[in-house]
Amino acid sequence: MLRSATRHQSVFFLILRRMRTPLILLVASMAISVLGLTLMPGVGEDGQPRRLGFFEAFYFVSYTATTIGFGEIPHAFSPQQRLWVIFTIYLSVVGWTYTLGSLIGLLSDRNLRQAIALERFARAVRHLHEPFYLVCGYGETGRLICRALDQMGRRAVVVEIDETRVAEIDLHAHRADIPAVAADAGRPEILQLAGLIHRDCAGVIALTNDDQTNLAIAIAARLLAPQIPALCRAERREVAANMASFGTRHIINPFERFGETLGLALRTPSAWMLLRWLTGFRYSRQTTGSTPPRGRWIVCGHGRFAAGLIDVMDDEALEITIIDPDPPDEIDHRWVVGDATGELALLRAGVREADGIIAGTNSDLDNLSIVVTARELNPALFVIVRQNRYANRDLFTVLNAEISVVPSEVIANECLSILATPLFLPFKRAVRAADEAWCALQLERLTRLMGEERPEIWGVKIVRDEAQALARWLDEGREVRVGELLRSPADRRTPLACAVLYLQRADGETLPMPADDTLLRRGDQLLLASAADCRQALELTLANDHTLTYLMTGEEISGGRLWRILAGKRKGLAAARS
Amino acid sequence: MNLEKVVFGFFIMLAATLNFGFFVGDIDDPAHHDVYELFAALVVSVIATLLKLGDRTQIGAVHLATSLVADLQLIAAAMVWGYASHVSAGGLDAEMTARIVSLSGGALFANVVSVVILISETILQRR
Repeated sequence: MLRSATRHQSVFFLILRRMRTPLILLVASMAISVLGLTLMPGVGEDGQPRRLGFFEAFYFVSYTATTIGFGEIPHAFSPQQRLWVIFTIYLSVVGWTYTLGSLIGLLSDRNLRQAIALERFARAVRHLHEPFYLVCGYGETGRLICRALDQMGRRAVVVEIDETRVAEIDLHAHRADIPAVAADAGRPEILQLAGLIHRDCAGVIALTNDDQTNLAIAIAARLLAPQIPALCRAERREVAANMASFGTRHIINPFERFGETLGLALRTPSAWMLLRWLTGFRYSRQTTGSTPPRGRWIVCGHGRFAAGLIDVMDDEALEITIIDPDPPDEIDHRWVVGDATGELALLRAGVREADGIIAGTNSDLDNLSIVVTARELNPALFVIVRQNRYANRDLFTVLNAEISVVPSEVIANECLSILATPLFLPFKRAVRAADEAWCALQLERLTRLMGEERPEIWGVKIVRDEAQALARWLDEGREVRVGELLRSPADRRTPLACAVLYLQRADGETLPMPADDTLLRRGDQLLLASAADCRQALELTLANDHTLTYLMTGEEISGGRLWRILAGKRKGLAAARS
Repeated sequence: MNLEKVVFGFFIMLAATLNFGFFVGDIDDPAHHDVYELFAALVVSVIATLLKLGDRTQIGAVHLATSLVADLQLIAAAMVWGYASHVSAGGLDAEMTARIVSLSGGALFANVVSVVILISETILQRR
């Protein structure tokens, strides 16, 4: 850090060094002019010979060389002096022009401007005094993540290789300033300048389009800042395996992630519905039938996206037909060679008898066209469509496919849930492992409690900083059960539309969906889901002694210390009287 | 031999010698101290400073610092000279001369340090 910081501080010295020759020439020309002027014989006002002193000569040359030109001061010059002044003028004009030209050329130098921008960026990062995330890559995903981080009130620092995208950051209205630089995030010194080893760096998010760059970021993060969580996007399996081999904690492969999701939807539809509802899709009892059918599927396109899905469907023993213009040498599925956007290929693949279709090419227009054509041929199809560009979302909304997969959104959601609610990942794992009946029960219970809209997911740790009143209450040795806490502060008989999804004890014990009579302990971490307006109510209970006491005992306690003492006296008096 | 090094050493030495030349003599006798020599010392010192710009090494930094000190002292001396000969009622008297010469003495010390660094740098170099 020190070395690279000093290197970039020296941009100033770099300018000085490049200006060395022009400045020396300038000084020399001024010196010659001044010296010559003091040596030229002149005539004073009294007619006596009089030369100019250094003071007057320097004064004259200064205003002449800078083209101000006050005239012949202190008195009219002699012909010899005028001759020298002519020489001075041409000499100094050349000197100044050369100096200014060099300076302007230097300042418009592209390399220097980059060096200055980098230095300014590094200074902005050094002066951050709150936790921030280092986001590498400001594409669609990076944009979604920066916006979400900004809304969560967290700071971000962006490294992006494309200058126009860096310029876009200023155009997007963010609440907090986001320091950004156009540089290659794969270079460790850039990452260091961007705050990888800054004491407030809370995490590194590698989202560039290039897997190799993401790999380089993962390695740099692992070696330079092993304690910081690194979230890395990897679209190729070998890169993901490489990242995993040196302990990158979160590797996000959007295609594989969706493959897993599809597998879950086919195996345990309720678990899929539950997670889908918790991560932002409206749940509706009428559409509970809209899970992917176990039947005949047509897969259009054979890229990374489709390949992942085909593996999953093979595991579930579904019948698949693939439509793609260039099949590999070894074909292990029914294969229709052709363009899926055309009616002919779809018919040959048996679209009329199929139950579902996956439009998974890497062109959004092709995918849209496939879905529209296929639906005309068979309106009952279950449609899974891949949306490559977030910018096309309006078209896909109108299409209203059963499932649209947006890789950038998949990655962004995954990153945000890791960053904002770290417990969501183990909870997700627990749900994936659970059986259909349990998931269906929980889905039913939670949606009855909280309604069909997407609930808010948040986490809290029972410590003084986050849940002051509850932590104190537990410290005093009193018992609190989960069910007692989730009640309305206005009326303790009314339950809050709020549920504990996951509980992790300080000793590592974990409880998915803890029952109402579960005892809470100091240091527990809770993952909560709540309807829109209930989070505040619960936060009040956790932080406020009065509300907590009311919920636990049903008594309203008095406000300040004085009132408590008075209340105590009054109780004592009443007791004495009776 | 490297021309750049010759020029560099030349200007540092010249700055020191000119400065010394101006400094020697009775401290308060204007006749012993020529203003042209002061002018030359100042110009050469500024050029020596510019030559030292942009060196990132530790020794380069000390070089630059000593040169800046010498410049500062000489500019102060030149300003006192300007004040004495054009503004002050008494003109360039013994008192003013003593001031100018003592300021240039300070610059001389900085220049000597500069020369010492130059020599020690040369001795340290094994090539």
